Parts: sequence; C-alpha cells; structure tokens
Amino acid sequence: MSSQPALAIEAGGLVKSFGATRAVDGVDLAVPRGAVYGVLGPNGAGKTTTIRMLATLLRPDAGSARVLGRDIVTEADAVRGLVSLTGQLASVDEDLTGRENLLLLGRLLGYSRARSKQRAAELLEAFGLEDAAGRQVKNYSGGMRRRLDIAASLVVTPELMFLDEPTTGLDPRSRNQVWDIIRALVAEGTTVLLCTQYLDEADQLAERIAVIDHGRVIAEGTPGQLKASVGQGTLHVRLHEPEQREEAERVLSQALESPVHLESDPVALSVPVEDAERASEAVGELFGAGVGVANFSLGQPSLDEVFLALTGHPAEEQAA
Amino acid sequence: MSTAPDTRPQPDPVVGDTLHAALAAGERPPRPSALSTCPTFGWRGMLKIKHVPEQLIDVSLTPVLFLLMFTYLFGGAVAGSTDEYLQFLLPGVLVQSVLFTSVYSGVSLNTDVTKGVVDRFRSLPLWRPAPLVGAVVGDSVRYVIASTVVIVLGLIMGFEAAAGIGGILAAVALIVVFSFGLSWVFTVVGLLLRAPNAVMNTGFMALFPLVFLSNIFVEPKTLPGWLEWFVGVNPISHLVSATRGLMQGDGVGEDILITLAAAAALTAVFAPLTVRLYRNRG
Repeated sequence: MSSQPALAIEAGGLVKSFGATRAVDGVDLAVPRGAVYGVLGPNGAGKTTTIRMLATLLRPDAGSARVLGRDIVTEADAVRGLVSLTGQLASVDEDLTGRENLLLLGRLLGYSRARSKQRAAELLEAFGLEDAAGRQVKNYSGGMRRRLDIAASLVVTPELMFLDEPTTGLDPRSRNQVWDIIRALVAEGTTVLLCTQYLDEADQLAERIAVIDHGRVIAEGTPGQLKASVGQGTLHVRLHEPEQREEAERVLSQALESPVHLESDPVALSVPVEDAERASEAVGELFGAGVGVANFSLGQPSLDEVFLALTGHPAEEQAA
Repeated sequence: MSTAPDTRPQPDPVVGDTLHAALAAGERPPRPSALSTCPTFGWRGMLKIKHVPEQLIDVSLTPVLFLLMFTYLFGGAVAGSTDEYLQFLLPGVLVQSVLFTSVYSGVSLNTDVTKGVVDRFRSLPLWRPAPLVGAVVGDSVRYVIASTVVIVLGLIMGFEAAAGIGGILAAVALIVVFSFGLSWVFTVVGLLLRAPNAVMNTGFMALFPLVFLSNIFVEPKTLPGWLEWFVGVNPISHLVSATRGLMQGDGVGEDILITLAAAAALTAVFAPLTVRLYRNRG
C-alpha cells in the first residue's frame, strides 16, 4: 500500500513568505497519478513557489506535502530520486552543446560513459535535436532550447515531472511540440504537474485543474466542472457590419435578459445564456431585425470566463 | 511509419515513435556515490574552457602585463637592476595571478545561479556539495594554466630557480592549495550577490589591497612600521615567502605551515558556509 500511494502529490496548508510577501498562503493539493494536473493562475499567483517547494528546492514555512508518498522535507532526497523539474528558466548550460548537456546529466545520474552517450543520442533523436547536437545551446532557438531543457529532465524517465510554464514565450509550432511531448510522457505513465498561465493550455492537457490566485487555491476540478460552475454557456455572434453592433446588442439583451459583452473585435458580441432554445430564438430575432449575422455559435464558457467569474479580474490582459 | 492518418497540420521534428521509445528507455541507474559525481562537474569546467577559451585571456594576459611592466618599469628603481628585480618579483606575480583567478569560482557559480542551471543540479538526487566541490577543484586547471604562463614568461625573461623544476612544481602546488581555500570565500560572495559582474568587482576590490600590501612588489623593511606590521600578518606575504623559498631552495618551513593553516582555515569556515547558502537558497 505505502509503496504505491493513490495520490502523486498530497499537500496541505503550504505556506511560503519572502519578507513581507506571502507568496503561497495555504495551498492544498491532491494530485492523482498518471495524468496532467494543471495549476492555473496569473503571474505572481504563487505557482512557481509552490512547484519549487514540491520539487524540494524551497523549504515551506508551514504545512506539509508528500510527493509519491515521500515527505518533501524529511525525505527530500528520496523525492529528488523520483521527480524531475523543468523550470521557467531553461536550466541547461548555454556554453555547452546540446549533447554535452545530456551527457553531463547522464553521468551525474549514474549512467556509465557508454550508456550516457547512448541515452543522449536517443533523446536528441526523439526531440528532433540531432542536427543541433554539436552546437552550443546559446545558439539554439527558443523552441529548441525548451525541448533540450525538457529532454534534460527526462534522461531518467521520472515518475513525476514538474513543468513550470513550459510554453511561455514559444511560437505556436513549438508550443504544439511541447504539448505532444507532455501527452507522450503521460502515455508512458508519468504524472505531470503543469503550471501555466494559459487557459487553453490547461484546458487542452489537464485532466484536473487547480486555479490559484494570491497564493491560494480558489477552485479545483475538471475543466468541465470549472466551466459548469460559471454557467451553461455563451452565445457568440459575429456580424457583417460593425455599424450594426449597437442594434444587435439591444436585440440580444432584450431577448436574453443578460448583459451583452462587446468583444475587442468590432463585429463580435457574446452573451451568457441559460438554455439553447432561448439562444436560438434570440438569433432569430437578430435576423428579424435585419441585422447581418456572419455566424453564431453556442459554446461552453472558456476558462478565461471561468477565471473572471472566480476572481473578479481577468487572468491576463490578452488572454490566449 | 504509421499508416494511420495524422490529423496534425504538419509533421513536427518530435518524432512520435522515437519519443515514446526514448521515454520508455530511461531506466533509473543505481545512484552514483557522493564523490564520483565531483569529477563530472570538473569535466564540465573543462568543457567550458574548451567552448569559451576567451575566459583564459584575462587569466593569462594580466600577469603577463604585470610581469613586463613591473620588471622593466620599476625594476631598476626598486632593486637596482631589472634582472635582480625579476628574481624577486616573479614568485610574487605568480601568486598574484593565481589568486585573482580564484575569483572566477564565485563568478561562475553566480552565473549558474542567475541562469537557472543550479536549479537543475539541486533537483537531482546528488550529494549536495558535489557541484561546488567539483567546480572548485576543476578551477585548479585554471590556476595551473595561469601559473604556466607566468613561469614560462619569467624563464624567457631570465628568471632562475635555484631549486629547479622540482622547486617550481612544489611552489605551484602550494599556491593551488591556498587558492582552493580562498576560492570558497568567493563562492560565498557568488551566492550572496545578484550578478556575475558584481562578484568579479567585489572580489577584485577585496584582493587588490591584500595583494599590494604584501611582500610581492617590495621588501617590507622599506615600509613604515605600521604597514610593515600589516604586511607581516598578511597570509599572502607568507605564501609569497614560501613560494620564493621553495623556488630558490631556502628553508621556509614556517611560511609553508602558515600558508597551509590559512588555506585550511578558509576552507573550514567558507566551504560549509557556501554549502549552506547553496542548499538554502530560494
């Protein structure tokens, strides 16, 4: 029983202060094994501090946590032997080549010289870095550097991997690659704790999500549960002519008795709705009023809307 | 190659099958012993010298300038002739150049901290001081390079070591041992300050007065009494006296002992402090 605890991470009341700032103010987490668990929050919410405590880089001021059944303070060394961390900074040596970075870690983890070489070659091929293997990392692109950083965390396949904002600053293509890597990792049985400030990233990858703000977990559940807690859904309408938006707003707010949100796109509007039938009637009234509708859709609320509803402030200015 | 249609718009360089195979193949090896990882960190230092040879320029150029300038500019005035002054000066410049090199232990540690590499090492299941011990020991290679430059140039300029090659090697070994102790002071500085440049400036600022207020450049008996006293207690003076003695075959047992004691004291105080700061940093 104790050798295979049901939860990958079990944290209670974690607190960490830096001077007068309480970066983490009582975080509780219960992370199941074998899936991606998202920790979602804006910059400065306490995500990184939480992850650094769980990865044994920081000692909590109060509270406790067990990672894969081991206490993060009293059994820190055992925890380090089971997890790996890819932090926000790409923690690879920029002066060395990609291959040398992987060789170095292979040796440090206890592989023989020959096995380290073999392992480095396997990872370089798997992460599409063979051509760049002999180049210094300082000459890598952001996406390559991030892939090498993740590869460096997988020299020994960990049981649990901490990923702190792995796609921040990456172009969409590199971001998709990182997502594919995360999915493959979970398919191979690794649990992933993913910190992110991108709502769609958590939505795409995570089985469960903890929303964190000002050092506290303010909501927890599956992406679907979090969305459902906010409302049934949202009607999105796009018009042909921006001049007609005022008329459309009037019609929709009357028909649905809900506040209409004007998107930054001058032809787009959205309204929270209670049920689908009333939404379709409202769209019919738009046509009846002679408003040119380009398209409309009824969708679940986005995690952006969830965040707004939970915290009263948007997750970030230009949410993904 | 899978025949199933790929729904992704373009094939990406992360090859699916090899990725899964690579993830499945990462078995955990038996944990390496505490000391066996230290040489790996030393090897990292060598790789950095290979990739960034520029870092050796100031290590080797500064002592060259000092040796040439002081010998030919002040030699006649201080010692009567440049040749005579060279015999006096060379062991001191040797000491000085290696001591300045030890500041780089702190600079490179600080660079690792600011770049996030330290986070990687700290999250590995390693004997925790291994990255520090390995790096500091690896820095001895720099000391040997700096020493070689000074000695070769000195020999070309006409330096004569009465104790021969054995004496020179013994002197270099003593200097390396002392610098190893001193480098722990700079690793502490490296963990306390925010930027590599600040570490370099602080280290050099601290070393300059200690190096100049020693017996490297002048005989202490020419100094005012209070200064002569300070030069006498400065451990660098004892290291320089020991170096001169070893190279010329004079008996300097006491200076060697004081130097070794100073190195041991520096290590005993600052190595644990470094490890402590390293372990507890946020």
